[in-house]
This record gives sequence, structure tokens and C-alpha cells, in this order.
Amino acid sequence: MDPGCSRLLPALCAALADPRQPVADDTCLEKLLDWLQTVTEAGSSLLLLQENPCLVELLFHVVKSQDLSSRILAFSLRLAGMFAAQETCFQYLQGDSSLFVASAAGQLLVHVLDLAMRGPAEGHCGPQAHAWPACAQEIVCHIEASLRSTATPQVAQALNVLTTAFGHYHGLWMQGLWVRLSPLVARLLERDPVPAAHSLVDLLLSVARSAGPSPDGGLWETLAQTLSRLSPTQAGPLALGILQLQGCPQALRTQAFGRLLQPLACVLKAAAQAPGPPGLPEGAAGDSVTVDTLLSSKSACVGLLCCALAHLELLQPLPQRPSPWPQAPLLGAAVTILRFCNGSASPTSDVGGRLCTILVGCARVQRAALDFLGVLSQETGPQEPVTQVFAILLEYLVSPDSSPMVLKKAFQATLRWLLRPPRAPGCCDLDPHPQLFLGELLPVLQKRLCSPCWEVRDSGLEFLTQVTRSWGGQAGFRHALLASEVPELTRQLLRDPESYVRASAVTATGQLSSQGLHAPPASPEHPGVQQSLLEELLHILSTDAEGFPRRAVMQVFTEWLRDGHADVAEDPEQFVARVLQAASRDLDWEVRAQGLELALVFLEQVLGQRGSRCAYAVALPEAAPPGTLAQALRALCRVQLFEFAFRALFDCDRPVAQKSCELLLFLRAKAAPYGSPQDAGGSPDVASVEATLQRWQAGEQGQPLGHLEPGAVMAVLKSLDLEGLRDTLAESSDHVEKSPQSLLQDMLASVGVLSENEADCY
Amino acid sequence: MKLYCLSGHPTLPCNVLKFKSTTIMLDCGLDMTSTLNFLPLPLVQSPRLSNLPGWSLKDGNAFLDKELKECSGHVFVDSVPEFCLPETELIDLSTVDVILISNYHCMMALPYITEHTGFTGTVYATEPTVQIGRLLMEELVNFIERVPKAQLASLWKNKDIQRLLPSPLKDAVEVSTWRSCYSMQEVNSALSKIQLVGYSQKIELFGAVQVTPLSSGYALGSSNWIIQSHYEKVSYVSGSSLLTTHPQPMDQASLKNSDVLILTGLTQIPTANPDGMVGEFCSNLALTVRNGGNVLVPCYPSGVIYDLLECLYQYIDSAGLSSIPFYFISPVANSSLEFSQIFAEWLCHNKQTKVYLPEPPFPHAELIQTNKLKHYPSIHGDFSNDFRQPCVVFTGHPSLRFGDVVHFMELWGKSSLNTVIFTEPDFSYLEALAPYQPLAMKCIYCPIDTRLNFIQVSKLLKEVQPLHVVCPEQYTQPPPAQSHRMDLMIDCQPPAMSYRRAEVLALPFKRRYEKIEIMPELADSLVPMEIKPGISLATVSAVLHTKDNKHILQPPPRPTQPTGGKKRKRASDDIPDCKVLKPLLSGSIPVDQFVQTLEKHGFSDIKVEDTAKGHIVLLQEAETLIQIEEDSTHIICDNDEMLRVRLRDLVLKFLQKF
Repeated sequence: MDPGCSRLLPALCAALADPRQPVADDTCLEKLLDWLQTVTEAGSSLLLLQENPCLVELLFHVVKSQDLSSRILAFSLRLAGMFAAQETCFQYLQGDSSLFVASAAGQLLVHVLDLAMRGPAEGHCGPQAHAWPACAQEIVCHIEASLRSTATPQVAQALNVLTTAFGHYHGLWMQGLWVRLSPLVARLLERDPVPAAHSLVDLLLSVARSAGPSPDGGLWETLAQTLSRLSPTQAGPLALGILQLQGCPQALRTQAFGRLLQPLACVLKAAAQAPGPPGLPEGAAGDSVTVDTLLSSKSACVGLLCCALAHLELLQPLPQRPSPWPQAPLLGAAVTILRFCNGSASPTSDVGGRLCTILVGCARVQRAALDFLGVLSQETGPQEPVTQVFAILLEYLVSPDSSPMVLKKAFQATLRWLLRPPRAPGCCDLDPHPQLFLGELLPVLQKRLCSPCWEVRDSGLEFLTQVTRSWGGQAGFRHALLASEVPELTRQLLRDPESYVRASAVTATGQLSSQGLHAPPASPEHPGVQQSLLEELLHILSTDAEGFPRRAVMQVFTEWLRDGHADVAEDPEQFVARVLQAASRDLDWEVRAQGLELALVFLEQVLGQRGSRCAYAVALPEAAPPGTLAQALRALCRVQLFEFAFRALFDCDRPVAQKSCELLLFLRAKAAPYGSPQDAGGSPDVASVEATLQRWQAGEQGQPLGHLEPGAVMAVLKSLDLEGLRDTLAESSDHVEKSPQSLLQDMLASVGVLSENEADCY
Repeated sequence: MKLYCLSGHPTLPCNVLKFKSTTIMLDCGLDMTSTLNFLPLPLVQSPRLSNLPGWSLKDGNAFLDKELKECSGHVFVDSVPEFCLPETELIDLSTVDVILISNYHCMMALPYITEHTGFTGTVYATEPTVQIGRLLMEELVNFIERVPKAQLASLWKNKDIQRLLPSPLKDAVEVSTWRSCYSMQEVNSALSKIQLVGYSQKIELFGAVQVTPLSSGYALGSSNWIIQSHYEKVSYVSGSSLLTTHPQPMDQASLKNSDVLILTGLTQIPTANPDGMVGEFCSNLALTVRNGGNVLVPCYPSGVIYDLLECLYQYIDSAGLSSIPFYFISPVANSSLEFSQIFAEWLCHNKQTKVYLPEPPFPHAELIQTNKLKHYPSIHGDFSNDFRQPCVVFTGHPSLRFGDVVHFMELWGKSSLNTVIFTEPDFSYLEALAPYQPLAMKCIYCPIDTRLNFIQVSKLLKEVQPLHVVCPEQYTQPPPAQSHRMDLMIDCQPPAMSYRRAEVLALPFKRRYEKIEIMPELADSLVPMEIKPGISLATVSAVLHTKDNKHILQPPPRPTQPTGGKKRKRASDDIPDCKVLKPLLSGSIPVDQFVQTLEKHGFSDIKVEDTAKGHIVLLQEAETLIQIEEDSTHIICDNDEMLRVRLRDLVLKFLQKF
């Protein structure tokens, strides 16, 4: 601990121990604790206590004091626990005052049950409960009493404490604890309804996870029992948890999967035109309880279906998911649910009719089902349901009743299905399904891009960007897209009143243009005057009032430069110069940072690739040959890249400065062999540049740098302490404010202010 | 209480309610779908329409070829279009006391009723309803009168001939009652019978019932009605909306505690959500115009058009359509746009507050100011000078059978660049388009119907909990095309009573009470006796005086002093003599105690049997029955008057007398 903090600590401890000086904000107590933790980890805690007796005094005082706030009490207990966790400190404390240890431990155990489990050091206690320390016994008795309680909150509290314990500790005594408490837990299942079911599920899963690969057989039995005992809604999370467990018996997994699938099985059964197995694994057959839940109320039905879909969505990508995965019936279920929701299902059964009435128009279920449908695209399966999938997706995309959020999900799901890996490897054109679908999709997209709802226009554009990114090279797609009005509409949306839409339109037109799919340029106000997309985007960059479109333009430009877009390749120097000029004036730091990204791409192109993108890489990039280097540096001067980078170096936003520093370091390393400081170091040019930079650093950014010569630039680069600057910038910008000394000062000040204000306020 | 159902159209109702001694007509909607069977009336000579071939029977008989024309496989009547009137035979309409109008769409048959049935009563409606209703009628009359048609086809209506015609003419109902449009004179006369009312205003009808209009949220001045007496309440819910559009929101609370709720005027397109449809409307409009095409919106001159213009006001800039002209063509366009701005008190809260800024409540004022929206009485005159394409035209009539819309259909129908967007839900768009086939123009159907859907109805019914619901039969089953959609029908307990055209319903509740006032001096003379805590009884002798459906108990005239034998005798005949009245009895007989009393008085061998209505006490030895029921006690013993009197006195001991 530095002396400054040591001097402040006694006063602070005294203030904390004084009940008349309440601490207003307990986050500072958390910070204090964090800091003390780092101090104890860095050096000897024993020494810390010896050098700062005020800490021990605080703990003593807290034990004796009657009217202390719970915040200070909790803080002190945790502080004591922190010291006690180290053996030397523990002994020191014990030797100093056994009363303190007992008392603190006692309060720890009673007030914070979690800490109680940390009390008996691991390995000291075995599974035999009778060998546990008395205080542990006491806590366990308390937990037992809570579990027997008829008050649900008390049961929940006990279960939560146990869950935390099993989540953190894996000692032998934990097994003993479970052996002792499991009958009580099992007894909870006999109650109707099962109290604190959520907490119970958490506990059982926590125990199962902590128990490792071969837990005692009773646990699996309890899990199986719980699974069948809980309501369909409560059983879902447990079933998912069980399926994620390692080394779980197959029978239990089958049961859990069946339980998870039950709501979907009910839906499939209700929608079936003819009786027959829906194709889901055994055990999933919709039971009457699930059906009752589904039909009991709209909220219950929606809740259960959404949970079931979300759980299966989580399960799908996991390696330990059940195998074989029932892809076809799951697809069927998702499609059926979507049909119930849009009213296009025509069930013949009573249950189906009721479900239809409940689900029709329900956006929450629609969103969940569309998400799930999207996830299922990652599976391979029979072709037949794919036709159904595309049909229902199209229905949702076409329907005027789809809410903007549902439509967004429908677009996302469509994208996932369209971009599924081709079935025949090596096949360069689209599968017949997507190709067919595309013909119907583009008119819909066209209409959606004209929607009066900006969210819809935005999701339409996002979809277009992504589908073009993947399919831009496919002849079928190119043909269909160019035949439609989509490119033209996209271009028109560059002038959308909503900034998010403009940004998405910028990205989309950028993407279309990269792939040679952009609309022929035409401006509706002046049909004769043709404006290139590049000019239009530059216009947005320099005039748009909102940041999002300007950021999007910078990203598009960077990509264009990187990929050698035709409009850029004509005259890259002029392009970079114009973009950097616009970006340097931008008020949005992300635009300026993106400007540096673009500058870096340009640098790489004129100087050759960087070895590594990481500024902290050990290997510096190879130097470029002097001839090309001189040429390159002149080009960089011409586009005024240095002026942009130097300004950015002293940018008030740290990420910009960092990025610029990184860029200049890279440049310096590349250009090392070019000339030497002596060549230009003494010239008046260099001196004036350095003077200007100093003024910039001081915050006076008004003065321009003027025309720069490569020699002067190199001299300035070499004279700048870029490494030092990089290190300073690497520290977080608020590192001064975050120092422990500042924390202690703040706390003391706030305590002082509080006591001063008391008189005024009351 | 009876309900006479004169119209089968669920959104254009016409019902007559007989309640107490009044006869109240609820709305008089005019079913104009009949006009779909007629050829359009072109404002400008249309060679295509005038050259359509006449229709002949399969055997080649062409005697109908003057009346019926064939177009793309459909047969149309070439005549002045006719409308299907409400039933006029089911009830004598001259007996109708009042007509309550709920909104301007539901009064279009008014001139037929008030001018041709001997009706002498009063019509009640709100001011915007009357004013906009007048505009709708004026437009209709204008549309039809400005294209005079010499021919009035009637031969095809002959039942024997109608049978031979192809569908849908063959299946058209009540064709003999179809009538051509009324005149402006009849409109004026009909409207002069209207008395203006305000929301929540209580109107007494003959002292028997009180009627009150409530805001229904559907259109400017649209109302639901409460018809109530002291002990009965009937709610009449016609076109209502819970959406936030321009009118004042719907008053639901006042509908609570109804004995009967008559529910009509729900959305005609329950599967289409108005928000989605507005989006669809805007997108299609923009797509067409961007491609250089024109957009035609067949519409009424008031109502949804205000909301559409408001949406477009927000949309056109974002869609880059600022330079596209919007035209609103109707003989009443100007009045409609101006009326909408002056009915501030009938508008939703947001629009009302604008008036105090002061700003026009509807943004179409700004559209007009900036020349983005222009309105004309017809395509003739100024319009032809200003007309620029591509453009968007709002014009009537939505049936596409008359009005300026006919001209635009003929003008734009040949190009696939143009689009007709149907927003009014009253007519099947396919039927409306039939005489224009083959058509290259794109057709978009986005019906915007803001009236209650079934989800909203079910919430409403849960909220207001009427004892009985009465509705058109169409609402009690899913639509025929979507028979699996059980959500598209009224689901309530007890199930709704349904009606169809020309049916008379006996409404399922009996009137049990009537309010009678007691004159103060008579009330003073009463001597109440408390028989239970809080309940007192008193005997009253009075004269019941009934006039104007009000009942008053007045003190009986004082017995006149005896002045002569004859007179005295007459007086005592007329006035009931209180003294000779037997005391009134009240209370109930506890069977167990009664049996004990009987035993105390020497009766033995007593048996008690429980019956559905009470008990029978059987005195077996005496062969006597005492039948005790809730409201009567009978002693049945043969020829033993002594015993009967003894038993009677024992019974009386348990009862209170006064």
C-alpha cells in the first residue's frame, strides 16, 4: 500500500465505524473491498494488518457496536472473511482475539449462509455430518427447518443457499450435506403445488453438476421424480439442464427430452389431419396435463410454447444434444405453430381449434417460432419440409399483419434458410428451392422497402445486404435482383428521413455496388444530372446530421478501398484524400476512428501488408525498399494522411488516438530506412511541425499543419515518443480517477459532506 | 319486447325495437351491394361500355338483350342502378315513433323510410352524423343524376325470368323491392325530420323510455345508443372502434348492466388489421408512383380518407413522393375536408387540443396549403387543366358503378403501370372490378375497417357484461370461407341470440317492475310496520293515475258526506272500504315448530313430507292435509269446518298480521 493511502486509511476506518456518518453509496464499499483484495493478493496480508492497525480496530468495533448499518456490517464481515481466508492472517487474528474469530464466524454463518459453507475449510470436514463444527450443524439445522417450513419464501431461501453452496464447493462434506438434506428436498415434491419450484430446479441441477460424473444414484432418481412431478412450465428448464449434464443416465435423458418436446407434440397432435404418430421420440406424446396448460389461458399457452421453443433452440447446437435429432417433426412443429399464429392452419380437432383461437395473431409466439425455425436451418434433413418452410416464411413476409419485429425475425430466419450450405458440394449455383423462392421474395422485399414503418424498411435493407454478401456472385440471384426494382429502391432510401434506415441503405448500396449490382444512377430531382454513388455517399459523409449513416459510409469506403472497387481504383489517391478530409472534420469519434482504419488500408496498399494487425506484436513489419518507399511517402503526403493521423493522435477520444498511434508506429517501422534524422531534423520545417503538434497536444487544434515533405514527416515521427504515448493511452482514460487514493479521498469527502448537509436538510 | 329485423346486412342494420309502449327504429342502413349487378355509369361516353353485346338465353332467345349486357363472362343490368331497401312489410313503418341513427353510413335509407311509409316521428342523430350523412347522400344523388339514363330495366326482375339468368343475378334477393335512388328534395325533407343530439344527452320518449347517444369511436359523431326505462336497459352497439383514429374514443362504461345488448356493425374484414393495411396501402402506392404509374383509390368522401391523408402526410416525404400530386375528386370534397376541421368537440383528445393552439386538427389542411392535395367537385372544369401524371386520385364511388371513379377505371385500366387500391370494405373488390375486365391495371385490396373485431368484442362483453346479446346471424359462426376460424365469431355466455332479415325476435327478458310515484300527502298518511330489520310494510289505499306512461298513486277522494240514499250507495260502491279488509299476513311457517304446536294441541300421528315447493303435513287420523308452500298454505279436510278453522288459527299464530 502506498504511503498516501496508508495516511488516509485510519480516518476512513474511523468514519466507517461511526454510525453518525452513514455511507451514502455502498458501491464505494465494494470498490474499497476490491482494492483491499488486490492489496492482499499482491503482498502479505499479515503485514498489511500489522502496518494498518486501524483495519483490526474497525473489525473490533463492528463486533461490539449495536447500531451499525447493515452495509458496514456486511462490509466488515466480508473484510474479515478475506483476511481469515489466509492462514497466516487467520492465526494472527486468532491469536489476537479468539473471541473476535468466534463472533465474526458466528455472524458470518448466521447472516450470510453462503459464507457459512466457506467456514469449515475444505478437507477439514468429511461427509459425516456429526463431525461438522457446531456452527455448521447449527446452520444445517436452520436450513432443515426452512425446508420443512410451509412458507414458500423460506423454502426458497434455503434452496438458494444450498444452490450457491453446491455451485461453489465440491468438498467431501458437500456430499454429506446432500445425503442429510436430500430426503427433505425429496419431500418437497410430495407437496402440491411443489413450493419454490424454480429454486428447486436450480438446486438439483447445481447438485448434479457439482457431483461430477458418477453421483450417488439417489440424485438421478430425484431428478426423474422432479421431472414428472413439476408442471410443464416448471419442468422445461429442468429438462434442458438435465440434457446438458455430463454422464447422465440415458433413461433420464430420454425422459427429459420427451418432457421438453411435449408442448410441441401436443401442437402437432392437435393439428394432425389424420391420426398417427407425429414422429417425435417416445415419451414426447402430449399428455393431458400439457394440453390442459396450453388451453388454460392465453398467457399460459404462450409462456409454455415460447419456453419450449427457446429451450430447444438452446439445445440444438450443443454437442450433447439427444441423437438422433428429430429434425423433421421439429420443423413440422415450428411450421404448425406459425400456421396457428397466422390463422392459416385448419385443424379438425377441438384442441386444435382452441389453440388456433388462442394463438392467432400472437406476436410473441411468432417471434419465438421464427427464431427456432432459423436455428433448425443448420440441420440437414429431408427436402419435403423445406418447401413448407419457405412457404410459411413467405406467408409471414407477405402478410400485412406481421408486426415489424415479427417481420425482422422472418427475414432473419429466411436468410438462414437461404444461406444453408449447398446440399451438393461444388455446386456453384443456387439450390432449386431458394432459386424458386427468390422469384417470390424479391417483390415482397420491394414492397417492404416502401413500408411506412422504418423498422420494416431497415430490416429489409439488412436482409438485402446479407443475402447479397453471400449470393452476389450467383448468376440466378444477380439476374433476379437486376430485373427487380430493389437496387433502385435501395438507392432511394439513402435519402430516408430515418437515420437508421439511411445507414442501412448506405451499407446495402455499398454492398450492391461492390458486386456490380447497383442501380443505374439517376437523381429524381434532376433526371438529366447523373450522380455517381461515390459522390452521393461522399455527400452523406459530409452533410448527414446523424452519425449512423456517416459511420456506415466510412465502413463502405474502407471496404471499397480494400476490395479495389472500380470507382475507387480509378484514382485511389484522390478518393482517400477526399474521404480523410471529410472524416477529419467529423464530430463523431467512430467516424474519425474508421477514417484511420481506411488510412491504414491505404498505407498497406502503398507500403505493403503489415506483418500483424496487433500493435503490440513482437515482430515489427519488414521495412519497405527505399525507392518505392519514397514514392509511397509522397503519396501519403499528397492525400494529407499525416495531417489526419497527427490530429487524431491528440484526439480527445482515446480510441481514435490509440488507433492513430498504432498507425504511426507501423508507418515508422516500415519507413525506418528512409533517410535519417540528420537529413531533415534541423530544418525549420520540422521545427514548425513540432511546434504545431505541441499546440495540438495542448488542445489548440485550429492551426493547420500545412504542406508536409516526406523528410520532415519522418523526422517528426522519429522525434515523437510514440511508444510512451501508446503506453499512456493503453491505460484506461479514467485511470487517474480510479486510483485507490482517489477512492479513499472520495469516500472521506462524501462522508464529510453528508454530515455537513444533515443540518441543512432536516 | 320485440325486435323486428328489417335488414340482413350486419354493418348496414335496420331494426325496430318495441319496448314498453314505444316503437324505435335503430338505424336505417341502405344495402348498396345490389348496384354491383348493374353496368357502371360513365361520366364520359365509353365506347367499350356502350358496345357490350346484349345477353341472350342459351336457346338464342334475345328478348332481354336491351336490359342485360355481357362483359367478360358476367351479365350486368344496363339500367339506372338500384338499391336494396330494408323490409317494409314486416311492420307498419308509420307506427315507428323515433329513428335513432348511429353513424352517417347507417342512415342512407332514411329518405325511403321517412318519405314513403307514412312515418310521422322524429329522427335523432348527432350533428356530424347529419352533416356528413347529408354529404354522402348529396354525392350519391349527384353521381346518379348527372348521368341520366333513359332506361329503367324491369323485365329481368320477373321471377320466372330471373330464374333463367346466370349467377349472381339469379340469386339476387328481393329484387322486386329494389329501388332507384332518391332525389335531393327527398333528402332535404328527410333530413328536416332530424333532431340533433349530443353525446350523453338524455332524451325522454313519451315518458316511457329514455334514449341516450354515446360516443362509439368509429366516425365523426358516431354513436351507440342506450334505451332504458327505470328497470330495464337495452344497449344498441352499432359501428364502434377502439382504435385511436380521429373520432372521440368509445364510451364503454355506460354500456354496463344492460339487460340486452344488440350488437351490430363489427369489422367486415376481421382478418385484416387496419395498421397492416395502411402500411400495405402506402407501400403499394409508393411502388406504383415510383414506376411512373397512377394510383386510384375508390373511396367515400368522408371517414377513412381523413386517416389515409394523415398517414400520407407523414409518409410522402419519407418515400420521396413530395412532388406527386394527390387529387380528391367529389361533389362534396370541399365540404368534407372543411367539415372535418370544424367538428372539434367530436374529435379525439389529440386533435381537440390542436384547435386551442390554434392549428387545424387534421394535417390535410397543410397538404392543401402546400398544393400537395388538391380537391375538385368533378373531373370537369379546373381538374382537367391541373391534371398531372403520375398522380394519386381519391374519388367515389367505392362500388365502381357511378361517380368519377368510373372514368379513371376506363382511363387507367389498360396500363399495368397503374394501380387501383381498394380501401373501403363495403364491396367485394372482385365483383366491383367485374365490368372492367379484362383489366391490365394492378389491383390491390387493403380494406381498412376500424370497427370492432372479435377479440375486442369479447373483451368488451367481458367488461360490460350484458345479460343477453343479440346480433346478426353472421356473427355467430365463423365466416364461410374460414370455417375453421373459431376465433372469428362471438363467443359469449349465454350464447348470443341471432337474427336474420325479416325475422321477429322476442327478446329474452320479462319486464317485472314499473316505477310508481306516491303523492307526498299519501306518503304522509302511511303507517309502516317493520317486519324485518330494514323492511317495513304499509297498506295503501289510493287511486292509480296513469298518464303519459307515468304512474302516480294519489290519495283516494274523501268519502262524500251522505246526501242521499242513492248517492251514498254509489259512493260506497266506488270507494273500497278499508275497514272491511282482512288483515294482511306475512312471514313463513317453520315446519318443525308447527308440528310441535299441532302435537301440543292434541294431534297425533303427524307425518311430514317434503315436496318440490315446500312441505305437506299429513294428519293421518283426521285424514287432513296441510300444504305449506312459499306463497300459500292450504288446509284440505273434508267436511270438517271446525277442524279447518282450528288448524287455520294454529297456522295464523306463526304469521304477522297488519
